[in-house]
Amino acid sequence: MSALTSIFWKELADNFGSRRFIIMVVLICLVGIFSAYLSGQVIKTEPLQTSTEFLFLKVLTLPSRSLPPFIYFLGLLGSLLGIIFGFDAINSEYSRGTVSLVLSQPVFRDSFINAKFLAGLATIAVIFMSIFLILLGLELYMFGILPEGEELARLAFFLSVSIIYTGFWIALGILFSILFKQTTTSLLTSIVIWFFLTFFIYMVANVVADQVAPITPEVTKEVILKHAKIQSIIMSISPGTLYGRTAEVVLNPSIRTLGPGLPEIVEGLILTPLPLSQSILIILPQLITLFLLMIVCFGISYIVFMKQEIRST
Amino acid sequence: MEIVKTEEVSKFYDKVRAVENLNLKIEEGEIYGLLGPNGAGKTTTILMLLGLTEPTTGKIQVYGYNPTTQPLQVKKITGYLPENVGFYEDLTARENLRYVARLNGISDKKSSEKITEVLSMVGLLDVGDWEVGKFSRGMKQRLGIASVLIKDPKFVILDEPTTGIDPEGAARILELIVKMREEKGITVLLCSHLLHQVQRICDRVGIFSKGHLAVEGSVDKLGEMVAGKSGFFLEVELAEGKEDLAEKINNLEGVREVTRRGKFLSIRCDQDVREKICRIIVENGDIPLQMKGRDYTLEEIYVRYFQEGG
Repeated sequence: MSALTSIFWKELADNFGSRRFIIMVVLICLVGIFSAYLSGQVIKTEPLQTSTEFLFLKVLTLPSRSLPPFIYFLGLLGSLLGIIFGFDAINSEYSRGTVSLVLSQPVFRDSFINAKFLAGLATIAVIFMSIFLILLGLELYMFGILPEGEELARLAFFLSVSIIYTGFWIALGILFSILFKQTTTSLLTSIVIWFFLTFFIYMVANVVADQVAPITPEVTKEVILKHAKIQSIIMSISPGTLYGRTAEVVLNPSIRTLGPGLPEIVEGLILTPLPLSQSILIILPQLITLFLLMIVCFGISYIVFMKQEIRST
Repeated sequence: MEIVKTEEVSKFYDKVRAVENLNLKIEEGEIYGLLGPNGAGKTTTILMLLGLTEPTTGKIQVYGYNPTTQPLQVKKITGYLPENVGFYEDLTARENLRYVARLNGISDKKSSEKITEVLSMVGLLDVGDWEVGKFSRGMKQRLGIASVLIKDPKFVILDEPTTGIDPEGAARILELIVKMREEKGITVLLCSHLLHQVQRICDRVGIFSKGHLAVEGSVDKLGEMVAGKSGFFLEVELAEGKEDLAEKINNLEGVREVTRRGKFLSIRCDQDVREKICRIIVENGDIPLQMKGRDYTLEEIYVRYFQEGG
């Protein structure tokens, strides 16, 4: 067994045994079951929604009267999960004095950080897969129908996107755990960034768009478009937005375009479901950006950690 | 055979020099004490030997490997016990050692026997299944030595192994270090600021002060070197205290200075001249009641190199 796999299994065991893991799993399961159950109720009661095509995707995406759909929560909790499994990855090892213990063994320094990152991803993957299985069970209980073929492919694809998205937050947490010696500092910084990118970015986007293209009563169509475009570009900084758009398109086969659907574009379209490959094409830029964000974030952590001096005190 | 060799190694942090032009040589099978006050650059030197930090200039060889470019080869044969060694506190001592063994590529099947062996060597066999969080500092330090031994190292670096441990615990650790060398033929580099505590087990010591090796040699040799500058001290009590004695002793070869206070003579000399002094006293009709040699040498080493560094 190589050093990387040894560290990986150790970290994975640590993650699964930790209290934070249990708390987050319980939270996600509760939120998932409630929101999916309520969405299921909406499907059951509203006659327009009775088509059983892509039923499970609807269970995940349809908002109910009292709760947003599950994918909204997944975006929120996924980012928190990432931070929680990343923010003290390195600095807690420093404060316990175990960095020297591990790195004075014949172990490449990057194995340490790589194994931690991969263990974080694996933990997330297991959590996400479990919650999907639970929700599938819920769907089976409510409707007696299980997804097949295209729907499963979309689910699997969505799962991998969710893991990449969470991977970005793990990488961000690890980065701060390298930059700051105190775990409280790295946690706070991560949360501040998370808060900014998740909530504050909407306000920033609105303010900037209002400044550049103010919407007045006698506004033209071009200005409204420009307003929406600026807003959209600024919001693309946030991985949450990227993930949200991707989720929307991947889980909703009838979506043809992102952004404002102008009448001349939408007119005459027959809203038959797209194949998965076409949906992926629509959100390819978002996907690539999301992936790059994760890689860049981890890359910076990697470089900083490789140059760091390993001192036990 | 020289297993560690550094040539003109320097390390700068920004513009502060931590280590300057260090030429260190450690022979196979010896216990080398690298001694010096806190902040003298000992730990930096160790980190460079292990490739955990890079030297700014100079060359380092450990068993012929360059730690900067071949850290894995160096770490395979070198055990390192850092100051304030940390373990995973929620794991037992055995689990911690098994993890270290895995990181060294030793399978669990092979390591379980080895773990028992090293635990009994450091006297922790009974508490091997305790969580490390329950261990005392001294026990953790011994577990640290066990973790170093698990990979069967040829060379072991111990950073401040006895600091913060009660005298009894410290004595046990020193005993272990000697045992390591006697039973396994391991070369040891021992870093400490506690000269008095560790000097008796070191074959050679190098005294580190402000980033460079101030003096080097066996403890006895160092004592003589310092004595060469400051001399031996003798205190003699006389039965009568004749006045002209002081001058006569001062005329002896090898005596530098004699001062008299009543019946007591304080003599500073370059070599051991007790016999001659006794003879002179008796020949002059006085009797030496007692003669005390004061061993200032190590004290002086301490004052000269340690106190100043803080």
